[in-house]
Amino acid sequence: MLKQVEGSQAVAEAVAMCRPEVISAYPITPQTHIVEDLGTMVKAGDIENCEFLLVESEFGALSACIGSSAAGARSYTATSSQGMLFMMEAVYNASGMGLPIVMTVGNRAIGAPINIWNDWGDSMSARDGGWLQLFVESNQQAVDVHIQAFKLAEELSLPVMVCMDGFILTHSYSQVDIPEQSQVDEFLPPFEPRQVLDPASPLSMGAMVGPEAFTEVRFLSHQKQLDALDLIPQQAAEFEAIFGRDSGGLVKEFDCAGAETVVITMGSVIGTMKEVLVDMRAEGFSIGALTIRSFRPFPSAALQRALKDAKRVIVFEKSLAVGMGGIVSMNVRMALKDDPIKVQSVIGGLGGRPITRAGLRRMFEKGLQDQLEEPHFHDIDMGIVERELEREKQQRHSGSTAENILYDVGVVAAAKTI
Amino acid sequence: MAQISESQQKVKFYQTGTFTVGNRLLDEKQRNVQATMDRCNSLDSGHRACQGCGEALGARFAIDAAMRATNNQLIAANATGCLEVFTTPYPETAWSMPWIHSLFGNAAAVASGIAAAMKVKGREEVRVIAQGGDGGTTDIGFGCLSGTFDRNDDVLYICYNNEAYMNTGVQRSSATPGAARTATTMPVGKEPGNAFNTGKSVPLVAMAHMIPYVATASVHDLHDLEYKVTKAMAVHGARYIEIFVPCPLGWGSRPGDTVKLARLAVESGMYPLLEAEHGEISGVTKIRHKVPVDDYLKLQRRFAHVFKPDNAHQLEQLQQIADTNIKRFDLLPREDT
Repeated sequence: MLKQVEGSQAVAEAVAMCRPEVISAYPITPQTHIVEDLGTMVKAGDIENCEFLLVESEFGALSACIGSSAAGARSYTATSSQGMLFMMEAVYNASGMGLPIVMTVGNRAIGAPINIWNDWGDSMSARDGGWLQLFVESNQQAVDVHIQAFKLAEELSLPVMVCMDGFILTHSYSQVDIPEQSQVDEFLPPFEPRQVLDPASPLSMGAMVGPEAFTEVRFLSHQKQLDALDLIPQQAAEFEAIFGRDSGGLVKEFDCAGAETVVITMGSVIGTMKEVLVDMRAEGFSIGALTIRSFRPFPSAALQRALKDAKRVIVFEKSLAVGMGGIVSMNVRMALKDDPIKVQSVIGGLGGRPITRAGLRRMFEKGLQDQLEEPHFHDIDMGIVERELEREKQQRHSGSTAENILYDVGVVAAAKTI
Repeated sequence: MAQISESQQKVKFYQTGTFTVGNRLLDEKQRNVQATMDRCNSLDSGHRACQGCGEALGARFAIDAAMRATNNQLIAANATGCLEVFTTPYPETAWSMPWIHSLFGNAAAVASGIAAAMKVKGREEVRVIAQGGDGGTTDIGFGCLSGTFDRNDDVLYICYNNEAYMNTGVQRSSATPGAARTATTMPVGKEPGNAFNTGKSVPLVAMAHMIPYVATASVHDLHDLEYKVTKAMAVHGARYIEIFVPCPLGWGSRPGDTVKLARLAVESGMYPLLEAEHGEISGVTKIRHKVPVDDYLKLQRRFAHVFKPDNAHQLEQLQQIADTNIKRFDLLPREDT
C-alpha cells in the first residue's frame, strides 16, 4: 500500500511485518523514531508474540538480542553512532556465535566533537565485525532490505546490519509502498535456528577456542560471507518476484555500461548524484554511477563486471580512515587491483555537511581531468584549516580545535552579538 | 594458634548431623541435592578448576538445586571468568544443561534476552539463570545487572564472590576487601594492600532495586545455599544470590581450608548471610560461634601483612568492618548480645 511516511515509521512497519519475537533497544538519535514506533506497536498488541526490552545501554540491547536469538527467537535492534561503539564487543560476539540478529543502523557521525548528523563512521567502525552490511538508497529500499535482511541472516546464520543515512532517510517523509503481510509471510519463513538453547537437548554455546582451531574458524566466517555474495542476489530476485521491486542485491548500476567514468558511492547520496549525472550525460560526458548495496560482503566480482568498460572511477564516501584515507575507496581499489582503472577517492558529507548538486558537479569535472588530490575532501574550506594550523603553530595552548573553527567561521561571534 | 584450634574444634561439631554434605546415611528428607541418587550433575566432573575451588563447589550446588527446583527446565548464561574457562574449553564442556557464554559484562542482559524468548514462545516453565564472578557482576557487568533488576526480568543472577579478578591473575575488583593483597594492590607502601574505600555491597544495591528476592550464601553451609536457591526459583522476577567462594590461588590459602574460610568469614561477621524480599531484610543467619577476624585472616597470605606491628591499624579496621556488619544486620543470637 502506498503511504506518505517518515523513513523510520516505514522501517518500523517493515520490521513489524517480519514478525520479530524479541526487540531490544536503547535510544540514540537518529535511530529513536524506529524503536519508538516499534515499542508502541508491541505495547498496543499490533505485533503478536513479541517482547520489547527497554534496556540500560546499547551493550545491553545487543546482548539481550544475543540471548534471545540463541534461544531461538527472531531478534531485532537498532542503533547509531556512539551506540554502535558502545555495543561493539557484542557486535563481534553476535557474528562470532552466528546469531542471525537484524540491526538497523541510522548512520551518524562519531564524536568527539559530538555530532548527531549523518556520515558512515558508525557502520565503518564495525566493517570488520563479521556482520553483513547492506546500505540502502531510499526509504523504499530500507523497507525492502529489512525484509530481505531477516531471511539472509537466518539462511546464513549471520547477523545483518541495514545501514540507512541518519536524518536524510530516517527522518524524511516520502512515498513508500508498504508491503502486505501476506507477501512478507510468503517471502520470509519462520525462524529455524541452526542451534538453540533448549533444556530438551542441552548444549554449550560460546566456549573457548585456542590457536589450534581459531584460524580455521575465522577462515570459515570469511568464506561464509563470500557465500553470501551468491545468496544476496538470489534473494533479491526472489523478493522481486513477490513484491515486484528491484531492491537489495550487491550493486546497482546507473548508466554504468559503456561509461568512461563511473562514480561509486553508497546510500542516499546517489539521489542527488543522479540529477547531476543526467545533466552531464546530456551534455555529452561519458559518466555513469554505481552504488554498492552490500558493503559486507564486498562485491568485488560484481564491481569488476560492472566496471569492465570504465577507465576512471571516482569513489565518493562519507567515511574516513584517519591516517590512511577513504575506506570504501580502499575496498574498491582492492577489488580493481588487476584492472587498469584509475581510482580517485573523495571524502564528503562528514558530520552532515550538505552535498549539493553544484558541489558535486565541480568535483566531477575535476575528477574527469584526473585532478582530484588523494584523498579529495569534498567542499572543504582550506582557509579555515590553514588558520587553525597557524594558531596551533603560534600557541602551545591553542585550545579546542572545533571551538576555534566555530569562532573562525563566525558562528560563535554571531551568537554573541545577539 | 590457640584460637584457631578452638575454632577448628567448633567446626568439627558443626559439621556433624544434618549439615553433613553428601551423607547418604541420613534420612532422605535430610539429604541435600548432592546426596540423592537423582542429582543432575549439571556441572559435571572433569572440569579444570583448581584444587579447593570455592566457585566450583558453589556453582555445583547452586545449579543442581536450581535444576531440581525447575524440574531440569533451566538455561544458564555465564559471564567470562574462571567458571566459564574451567568448564568449557571447546570441544569439552562440564555442563549437562543448556549453557551460553557471550561476554564478560553482559550475562544479565543475555539472560534477560533468553527469558524474553521463552516468554514469547510460551515456554515459561523454562527458567533462566545468569552467573558470573564478582568482577563480572560488581564491576563490568553492573550496568546490565541493574537493567535486569530494574525491568524485574524473570532471571536469577548468581554471583560467585571470591573478591578479586582471579581468572586474569588476581587483580582487585570492587568486591576486594580493604588491606587485601592482589596483583594490583600489592602490600607495599604506607597502606599495604587494597585501600579501604567506602565498600560496595551488590546485595544491598540489589535490594535498593526492590526486586523480589536477594540473598547471600556461603559454601560452608550448603544446605542454606540450596534452600536459598530453591526459594529463589519459586519466585518470578529478578532475583540475586551472592555466594561467598574462597579462592586458594588468589587468597594464598590451603585448598583444604576453603570451606573453613567460608565459615570463618561468616562467623567473624566479615560476610553476613542475609535474605531480603522486595527491598526489606527478611532473615539473617545468626553467628553461632563468633570469632575474631584474626582467625579468618591468618589463614590467608593476602592478609599476612596486617599482622605486622606497623599495620595493626589495618587489622583493627577489618575488625571494625566485621563489628559494624554484626551490629547493622543483628547477626548475634539474643543471648550473646
